[in-house]
Amino acid sequence: MSAGEQALTAMPGVPLALRGPASVRVVAGFGFWLFLLSDVILFAALFATYSVLSGSTAGGPSAAELFDKRHVFLETLCLLASSVTCGFGLLALHRTDARAMYFWMAITLVLGISFLSMEGTEFASMVAAGAGPTHSAFLSAFFTLVGTHGLHVSLGLVWLVVMLLQAATLGLQPMVSRRFFCFALFWHALDIVWIGVFTIVYLGAK
Amino acid sequence: MFGRLSWSAIPFDQPIVMGTCATVGAGLLVVFALVTVKGWWPYLWREWITSVDHKRIGVMYMILGLIMLVRGFSDAIMMRTQLALAAGHAAGYLPPEHYDQIFSAHGTIMIFFVAMPFVIGLMNFALPLQLGVRDVAFPVLNSVSFWLTAAGVLLVNLSLFVGEFARTGWLAYPPLSELAYSPGVGVDYYLWSLQLSGLGTLLSGINLTTTILKLRAPGMGYKRMPVFCWTALASNLLIVAAFPVLTATFAMLLLDRYCGFHFFTNDLGGNPMMYVNLIWIWGHPEVYILILPAFGVFSEVVATFSGKPLFGYRSMVLATMAICVLSWFVWLHHFFTMGAGADVNAFFGIATMIIAIPTGVKVFNWLFTLYGGRVQFTVPIYWALGFIVTFVIGGMTGVLMAIPPADFVLHNSLFLIAHFHNVAIGGVVFGAMAGYSYWFPKAFGFKLNERLGKAIFWCWFLGFYLAFMPLYALGLMGATRRMQHYPNTHWQPLMLVALAGAVVILLGIALTAVQLAVSIRQRHANRDRTGDPWNARTLEWSIPSPPPAWNFTRLPSVERTDAYWHMKEEGVSHRALPGTFVDLHVPRNTPVGVFLAFFAMILGFALTWRIYWLAVVGLVGAVAVVLVQSWRTDRERLVPAEEVAAFEHAHGVLPEIGHDRSDVRVASGVGS
Repeated sequence: MSAGEQALTAMPGVPLALRGPASVRVVAGFGFWLFLLSDVILFAALFATYSVLSGSTAGGPSAAELFDKRHVFLETLCLLASSVTCGFGLLALHRTDARAMYFWMAITLVLGISFLSMEGTEFASMVAAGAGPTHSAFLSAFFTLVGTHGLHVSLGLVWLVVMLLQAATLGLQPMVSRRFFCFALFWHALDIVWIGVFTIVYLGAK
Repeated sequence: MFGRLSWSAIPFDQPIVMGTCATVGAGLLVVFALVTVKGWWPYLWREWITSVDHKRIGVMYMILGLIMLVRGFSDAIMMRTQLALAAGHAAGYLPPEHYDQIFSAHGTIMIFFVAMPFVIGLMNFALPLQLGVRDVAFPVLNSVSFWLTAAGVLLVNLSLFVGEFARTGWLAYPPLSELAYSPGVGVDYYLWSLQLSGLGTLLSGINLTTTILKLRAPGMGYKRMPVFCWTALASNLLIVAAFPVLTATFAMLLLDRYCGFHFFTNDLGGNPMMYVNLIWIWGHPEVYILILPAFGVFSEVVATFSGKPLFGYRSMVLATMAICVLSWFVWLHHFFTMGAGADVNAFFGIATMIIAIPTGVKVFNWLFTLYGGRVQFTVPIYWALGFIVTFVIGGMTGVLMAIPPADFVLHNSLFLIAHFHNVAIGGVVFGAMAGYSYWFPKAFGFKLNERLGKAIFWCWFLGFYLAFMPLYALGLMGATRRMQHYPNTHWQPLMLVALAGAVVILLGIALTAVQLAVSIRQRHANRDRTGDPWNARTLEWSIPSPPPAWNFTRLPSVERTDAYWHMKEEGVSHRALPGTFVDLHVPRNTPVGVFLAFFAMILGFALTWRIYWLAVVGLVGAVAVVLVQSWRTDRERLVPAEEVAAFEHAHGVLPEIGHDRSDVRVASGVGS
């Protein structure tokens, strides 16, 4: 914490709004929260579309006929567990314990890849069974909603690899740890979106 | 190898297009030659293209908006000319397929590439100055936003010469915009250019919202912010919440067109009305994204030139935030005729009328601010007064159409066209012009020519009434929008009046260029050395014009609204405080924005023409640029205390140089 930041926090009685510009860390985190908000709204548009189109199967297979809930449950466990390990990784980062950080983040990476490969298997089997995204509005909406989440997970994994490389080359300097913090926010947000997907798409399948 | 691109994509057989192409090409050549001969490239590259200074970026947004205004207006005057001619058996000079592209391009360009750059430019320029801080929250991201918008602009203009533009109207409703009915590249140009600029706008929204909420001078609580900051906050919150919906909607239409999905198709369960709902869930808040900052400009202008505090500050803020929320509950009024049923239509009709209440509060606040004030009739106040009159008329026709049965009659007629131009020109354009003439001396240190400024105002003001009042009447007579010719020759006289109005507006636009040239030539006579040419009230006027890269040498301490006015009353200034000057940090310039936009532009062009290897090049290039930037650690430049002191000394403050590092640093130069 710089001298300036200490001066700002050492203002008991002065309301937060009057204390002047916030620190770089606060500004970066807040901006990223806003980005996540916008991302969640993007998903909201896709969820709304899915809800409207989920019955429009055009004579093709319906949700209840297609989904293997056990498979999806395992998939879900992978993703939720990866959020926990990501959290441990971030705690290790705050302790500046680089080895533990690498360890937990590597597990996060593996769990994320497992989630993606399970999703890939599901998509591939659906396409093979003649239920690809071009067959009905329902399937278009399904592949787009779940696929957009999958795309986010993929980008998250790329980001994680980049961050691990940055940690290795730049060290755990404030800029790198700020980005790790934002990555963790992103990763947890994807969990929350997935809980929506799991509930609405898979458990709600009719 | 080149996807769908071939020589036949260039419309050699269309003299109008080729003529435009030659003129624009020649113009660009002249500009490039001039810049090269004069050796201005290094300067432009160093000081503008790679700049991450919010003031410079704001100015570039305004220039972009002005250039595109010429493009969008060319479309407008072509349409007016066509309709003045094509009565009875006359076919006019524009064939339907060309006319359809022109009205689609006109709407798209005026909203996305004129109005948006104007309001984002003004916010970029003024916000950090009004908030009393040294920059926006994410300066590099700011440059990325601008250049992404510019990439969208380039792509949309390319469609004029290579290929075609959409013929679908400015919102590209399916099923017309689906591949089955629009097989050409027009809709693809539309979608990719708006995806690029939409991303830029979203990033701007995040950046400016963070700036307002997290970066304000010490003591500037929410209730002490200038009203422009409040309206900008509302506008940017709307951007953050609305633009993702636009991105998602366009993504779905792209999947339909490129991958054979069935979101909005007529067959296999697709639902075109889904698109119409989604696009207006973005589209109605978009209207307020544009108008709220204009309301903010008028609030500043009216208070400044009345020499009074704004009447009803709290009610102004409340009304702004009420509009921000209510704007989400009215989208369906854009398609009452869809058949959602009487109850749904009634809900949205009433919600629409309710928005008139906070807007009315604002109008009365401006009037009461003027009342009893010593109003100085400067150019910005001309725009403000013209706005109040014009916008009230536009608002009332809006409330009229909010009544669903009335809308069934007026839907898709020229009455609607008259209504939204009434609020878009009377509100957004007048607001942008007011802001332009109000903040110009702050940006460049000299005033714009007043006489020409007033002439520009009268051209726009009278031209608007001449051009659009006839359209109200024509709409009531049954003339529809997007109509290329009409059999009823009784409409022709009014169409001719409308054309005359467009010509008057053209004169106003031409005079804007003249005013700029004349003002630059007379800059020594109109120089403002005080930094406060209008005797204004807010912090941006407390520093020299043009402000230094770091804006505020010392962050001002704010104790009430109209902070600078009270500083003047009490004879204190943050600039004259005792103490020493210290080293300051400003974000270092970077070409990341322009490089990223270059590759994004390649990506958009390649996808439009389905040249997939080139798309990969664009994508890889863009990712590489981001990665290289993310490894940079020298993101800040140190401004030595001597330089700061020299600047302040040159602007009337005696220097005392020191190296006291306990000065509170502004959070900037963040690039996460």
